[in-house]
Amino acid sequence: MSVLQVSGLSKSFGGVHAVRNVSFAVVAGELLAMIGPNGAGKSTCFNLINGQLTPDAGRVLLEGRSITGLPPRAIWRLGVGRTFQVTATFASMTVRENVQVALLSHARRLPSPFAQAPRLQVAQADALLAQAGMLDQADRPAAVLAYGDLKRLELAIALANRPRLLLMDEPTAGMACGERAALMRLTASLARASAIAVLFTEHDMDTVFTHADRVIVLAGGERIAEGAPAKVRADPRVREAYLGTEALDA
Amino acid sequence: MSATSILLQFLNGLAGASALFLVAAGLSLIFGVTRIVNFAHGSLVMLGMYLAVALSEVVGFWWALPCAALAVAGLGALIESVLLRRLYRAPELLQLLATFALVLIIRDYALWQWGPEDLLGPRAPGMAGAVTIIGQPFPAYDLFLIAVGPAVLGALWLLLTRTRWGTLVRAATQDREMASALGVNQRLQFTSVFALGALLAGLGGALQLPREPATLKVDLAVVSDAFVVVVVGGLGSLPGAFVAALLIAEVKAFCIALGYSKLTLVVEFLIMALVLVLRPWGLMGRMPAPARGPAALEPPLAAPSPRVLAGLCTLLAALALVPLATTGFTLVLLTDMLVFALFAVSLHFISGPAGLHSFGHAAYFGLGAYGAGILALRIGAPMELSLATAPLLAGGGALLFGWFCVRLSGIYLAMLTLAFAQIAWSVAFQWDAVTGGSNGLIGIWPAPWLASKAAYFWLVLALACAAIALLWRALHSPFGYALRAARDSPLRADAIGIDARALQWAAFTVAGLFAGIAGALHAFSKGSISPESMAVARSVDGLVMVLLGGIQTLTGPLWGAALFTWLQDALARGFDYWRAAIGCVILALVLALPGGLGSLGGLLKRQGRA
Amino acid sequence: MLEVRALAAGYGRAQVLFGFDLALRAGELVALLGRNGAGKSTTLKALMGLVPPAAGEVHFRGERIDRLAPWRIARLGLAYVPEERRIFTDLSVTENLEVGRLPRREGAVHWTAQRLFELFPNLGRMRDRRGGSMSGGEQQMLSIARSLMGNPLALLLDEPSEGLAPVIVDAMAGAVLELKREGLCVLLTEQNLRFARRVADRACILETGQLRHQGAMSALDADPALRERYLAA
Repeated sequence: MSVLQVSGLSKSFGGVHAVRNVSFAVVAGELLAMIGPNGAGKSTCFNLINGQLTPDAGRVLLEGRSITGLPPRAIWRLGVGRTFQVTATFASMTVRENVQVALLSHARRLPSPFAQAPRLQVAQADALLAQAGMLDQADRPAAVLAYGDLKRLELAIALANRPRLLLMDEPTAGMACGERAALMRLTASLARASAIAVLFTEHDMDTVFTHADRVIVLAGGERIAEGAPAKVRADPRVREAYLGTEALDA
Repeated sequence: MSATSILLQFLNGLAGASALFLVAAGLSLIFGVTRIVNFAHGSLVMLGMYLAVALSEVVGFWWALPCAALAVAGLGALIESVLLRRLYRAPELLQLLATFALVLIIRDYALWQWGPEDLLGPRAPGMAGAVTIIGQPFPAYDLFLIAVGPAVLGALWLLLTRTRWGTLVRAATQDREMASALGVNQRLQFTSVFALGALLAGLGGALQLPREPATLKVDLAVVSDAFVVVVVGGLGSLPGAFVAALLIAEVKAFCIALGYSKLTLVVEFLIMALVLVLRPWGLMGRMPAPARGPAALEPPLAAPSPRVLAGLCTLLAALALVPLATTGFTLVLLTDMLVFALFAVSLHFISGPAGLHSFGHAAYFGLGAYGAGILALRIGAPMELSLATAPLLAGGGALLFGWFCVRLSGIYLAMLTLAFAQIAWSVAFQWDAVTGGSNGLIGIWPAPWLASKAAYFWLVLALACAAIALLWRALHSPFGYALRAARDSPLRADAIGIDARALQWAAFTVAGLFAGIAGALHAFSKGSISPESMAVARSVDGLVMVLLGGIQTLTGPLWGAALFTWLQDALARGFDYWRAAIGCVILALVLALPGGLGSLGGLLKRQGRA
Repeated sequence: MLEVRALAAGYGRAQVLFGFDLALRAGELVALLGRNGAGKSTTLKALMGLVPPAAGEVHFRGERIDRLAPWRIARLGLAYVPEERRIFTDLSVTENLEVGRLPRREGAVHWTAQRLFELFPNLGRMRDRRGGSMSGGEQQMLSIARSLMGNPLALLLDEPSEGLAPVIVDAMAGAVLELKREGLCVLLTEQNLRFARRVADRACILETGQLRHQGAMSALDADPALRERYLAA
């Protein structure tokens, strides 16, 4: 069964269709890349899935259960992790504390005002940091991390709720070349090992075609192609849309 | 109420609105372009009043108005180009602290120059009498004032829409970065806008002279009125400020006319609270664009290291021994320091780690103090019970006010906390039967077993230290982690299931509760309470303590509170101009040590290594 | 005219440009191409002083400008049209132009509102319209016109065709060619290859913050493999 099943998703802002009738699915252990030119509706799609926006029409199913219209906090509790295009971490806290907060939230322990947080969930946090290759920096403040390390920290945070689905918005933006491949290899191995479905957007085509299992292409809010990387790459409509020229004249 | 008297009250309200609008318009212009919340704006108004009194003896009243306004404008330009220009990249709170230092310095300058007595201004020559409106006398000068408000609004409107300078100011108010990329000279622009704002403040002050005397207390009173007008009207909107000034002045005038004059102290804050809850960005304001660029980076809030803990314990032990050596004045001072350390730590709890900047924290200090006093004096409860119950009253107040406050953020949140504090203050100031009104309450003494200074000091030491330890512990609990998380990145916090608003509400309540403990302890140590204990100035004192010590550090507020309390005490006893001295210390610290005293250790360490 | 050496820049911890060199001659129109996130917009912002460069040097007409405030750079004759247009929405068309007005400059075309209304006739018909009530294409024209009021010697144009209807893109290309004829030096970023092909002399391809290729626009045109490598999906 698909982990994520999106059907007929639509959203418009002030009469402009940002996303129109988009359907797709992601299965466990799979990396699905969503690509398309600026304004194609990728971010809107992400925000519809994780609850920051409510769709005008369509359904979002997580492991067969509808999560359409739920708030982000509820969707997170059901097992959807997310990383952001511009990293969102807790800058004034150490790397370990960043992950601890997420773990404590998952364990519903946040309201306790007297427990000694520095001693809670340390082993679990370190295990996640080890997975993300960040254990050696656990005691550094997030504010001083290199950008690539911030992305890896985000990944560790996103894994804290043992997600079934991972949404990654431009996971490699702002990273140098070598770092990009490393992060995507890490993501892929985590996805395979824990049977997590991964949906990511990406502008670096090398990253997409090297690491994605499948690719879906959006343009003008609609799905114009979907399939294996090689097939999508050869699709003339995709090439037009991505160059953005003929699409404008159409 | 007859139709005639309604009309006269309406005119009276219009006359009151004019000066208020002038002052608020200046504040709004300055904030729009420079993004600085100018606490010293009321001080410029005060200077305008005093200068006009002084000048009218030389050049006559009518010439004194423009001369005083121009002099204040010149001072404004100087302040901007010498001081504020260095602070545009500093955190918002630091800018606020710097302008507050100016309040202190200007207040003492006026004290030195013109003395502590109120100065009666001259009558306006040619307009000293009254005109008859439908058979009732009405001051001729007030008619002139009524005309001034719309005239200045019109003049400003022309200036802003019909001149190149005004077009550039409107552009910069909207997007100053883009204006700069188009070649708009920002230095010149900021200085001239600040000068114009100061000019309006000075003129607003000078114009009030025939209606009220020049007094030193006008600075903070006027600036909080102007804040209210600007926030109600919407930050950066001149028509909004005009409408808000009219609304507030009219409501005040009718409160007096209908015999509810007691309401005038609080009604504007009620209006503001109502407006902010219904329209969070003011009547004519718009949601502020998200700030461009990353926010100031906060270092991690480390749990005190074993060495620091050992140091603190040693200090605690040393303090516990002090009463054996002396029971004199030192002990009183130390008691005050401990009380204010707790107050500062409770303020730091919400304004630092939780990121909720409160301008009205004294409300909860005062609620605790009054709670203790009322329980002890009016109900006759034993001291122990009063001390235990009073903080709950403060916590209850914070629970109520906090529900509204956590719905806002940034400067709007700060203003709403100020509004609630002002409401609490005016209730204390006016409810004679219960709070003793402006005289306050006297004769609140501790139980016999605590009657000696030493015993009470030990009680304060124990309670304050326990309370501070609890707050610190909470900061390093999952609750505290979540607070910092929600402050650092609301987006990420939401994405990992943190209900930021609920947590912040809880934090606000806890901080209020602990400020209430400090207040109750203070009441019993002084034996009396006055409305001063919850006035704006006390809230600002708290902020100064936190910022002096360093908002980004855990122990900073302790040192800030100790230093500030000591400075206030030492200077106030030996020196008439202690406020100015404190102002200078604050300015020096803001410019030299933007991270506060608490950052000194880290700074020295880094230099030692280099 | 404009020379960039080893420029590095970014936002906070995210580095976007990694040591980047570029030189523009007077009267030249260069297109900076590359996919989303390649660092095109950041390059222009760094040149304009809106993103402080972390390393490297920028020289404009022989003067070093990489440490100057944006308004000082603008007054030296470098103009900038941002991707989001950043029109002053409360101001009218005429007022928006007024904000951009700088004194006449030696060696540069002297633009007046009147001349700009000839270049963009649409704007001339809506002089008193508030910026906020204009369409995207009109805002784009206004943004360009506004920057020309500074009588610049060089113009930085960020994605001039983005989000515009085809007929407006055509008009925009016409206007850009007109500016080139007037002798203005232009550096523009584009994702729309057709637009770039119509106006640019030279193409520079940026990928992950580094310059990967530069050469005549016609060479890129004639080399499908190159386009495939850097631009196509």
